[in-house]
Amino acid sequence: MRYLHNIGRYFLMIAEMFRKPTKWSVMRTLILKDIDDLIIGSLGIIAFISFFVGGVVTIQTALNIENPLIPRYLVGFATRQSVILEFAPTFTSIIMAGKVGSFITSSIGTMRVTEQIDALEVMGINSLNYLVFPKTIALMLYPFAIAIGMFLGILGGMAACVFGGYTSLEDYILGLQTDFDGFHVTYSFIKTYVFAFVLATIPSFYGFYMKGGALEVGKASTTAFVWTSVVIILLNYILTGMMLG
Amino acid sequence: MILVENLHKSFGDAEILKGISTSFEKGKTNLIIGQSGSGKTVFLKCLLGLFPYEEGTISYDGKIFSNLSEGQKRDLRAEIGMVFQGSALFDSMTIAENVMFPLRMFTKMSKSEMEDRADFVLKRVNLPNAHHKMPSEASGGMQKRVAIARAIVNNPKYLFCDEPNSGLDPKTAIVIDNLIQEITDEYQIVTVINSHDMNSVMEIGEKIVFLRYGIKEWEGSNKTIFKTDNQAVTDFVYSSNLFKKVRQMYLEENE
Repeated sequence: MRYLHNIGRYFLMIAEMFRKPTKWSVMRTLILKDIDDLIIGSLGIIAFISFFVGGVVTIQTALNIENPLIPRYLVGFATRQSVILEFAPTFTSIIMAGKVGSFITSSIGTMRVTEQIDALEVMGINSLNYLVFPKTIALMLYPFAIAIGMFLGILGGMAACVFGGYTSLEDYILGLQTDFDGFHVTYSFIKTYVFAFVLATIPSFYGFYMKGGALEVGKASTTAFVWTSVVIILLNYILTGMMLG
Repeated sequence: MILVENLHKSFGDAEILKGISTSFEKGKTNLIIGQSGSGKTVFLKCLLGLFPYEEGTISYDGKIFSNLSEGQKRDLRAEIGMVFQGSALFDSMTIAENVMFPLRMFTKMSKSEMEDRADFVLKRVNLPNAHHKMPSEASGGMQKRVAIARAIVNNPKYLFCDEPNSGLDPKTAIVIDNLIQEITDEYQIVTVINSHDMNSVMEIGEKIVFLRYGIKEWEGSNKTIFKTDNQAVTDFVYSSNLFKKVRQMYLEENE
């Protein structure tokens, strides 16, 4: 019953977020700040993880191809497919649920505990629009971060091939170009947009409606991470079934 | 003037406010006092429009809050300043940005006009050099003064303070009390203070409303509170030996 209550409240929060918009001059500053905090501030970890996981995917694929009848360019092909279809959009989003999600929950939760949200409401400001809407808009740039992750993942695979001697650079590039389907990139970006919305709103929900003190802020961050990850994985399954199935 | 008539508020089966009627006048410091759980905070939040209530009316200079449209409520809220118990300063903003926040949200002032106004109110609360500090770098007393500056920056008609002295040393608490009283008198604001502090009751309680179990038990001022024979009020206000002696001396002097 509590889950149903929370689901209903979540959708009411989304509707409320679009009501009584904050003055544009203020909103613009908030959006730019959130782009800096949520997107620019995440590029480093996305780049680092993407590059090395791309390398690992390449090494694992190369090591598991023992049959001489399987062409070596398959290493590049497998790396491209893994990175574009799953690793960059889905697994990076789960990592972001930890980084960005816990930041959003703890910052909004702390504002709740210290009455800053009450202060906004007393002034007649729609606190959901003021706090959650700019984060949602900022995270609409998340696909750009994922595009960088895709590029660096494939580059990491290339570096692993070249420096590890698993396959030649020519084979790797040939694999990257083999049977390329542009719709896979579209599918991946559509998923990323949906995950971006989830990444902005579920942690905000747990931060905004939390009750208690500092300890509860920590608990809310953990709960937000768990539910954001669960929703991302479920939506990944549904969207893959709908778009590729 | 804020006029409250027959206010009822419940949470589930628990009735917290049981028909409170009172008024808060312009240019006076009005105190709501009472034990923990007496309904003070709920009453204050009803006055602020943060809690809906089941019965009764609250009117601000003749405007009944529950009859106002959303737009009218927003306009009314722009006329309200609030000092929270924990100051509630936005910790991602500097002190000057905190003070300018209501101006940015509700006025069309230019940046320099907002800076001038913030400068003026920060000087008014005796913080002339704190503009660029973050709230975390300010002491409790400074934070309260910034909160007062933020509350008055947009020339509010109504000022609400939730336990403005909590967590402050006695000397700073008196400074804050005097500041609120001076500002109330200077700008002719309707000020409503929710307080536990008996020093505040004695010093600035031009009107005092004593709540007990959700009922208005007594109403008076810092002058009449010495003479009251209401047992609940005397038990609460004169619970310490010091205040008992102060009262005794006052009564002896005025006999």
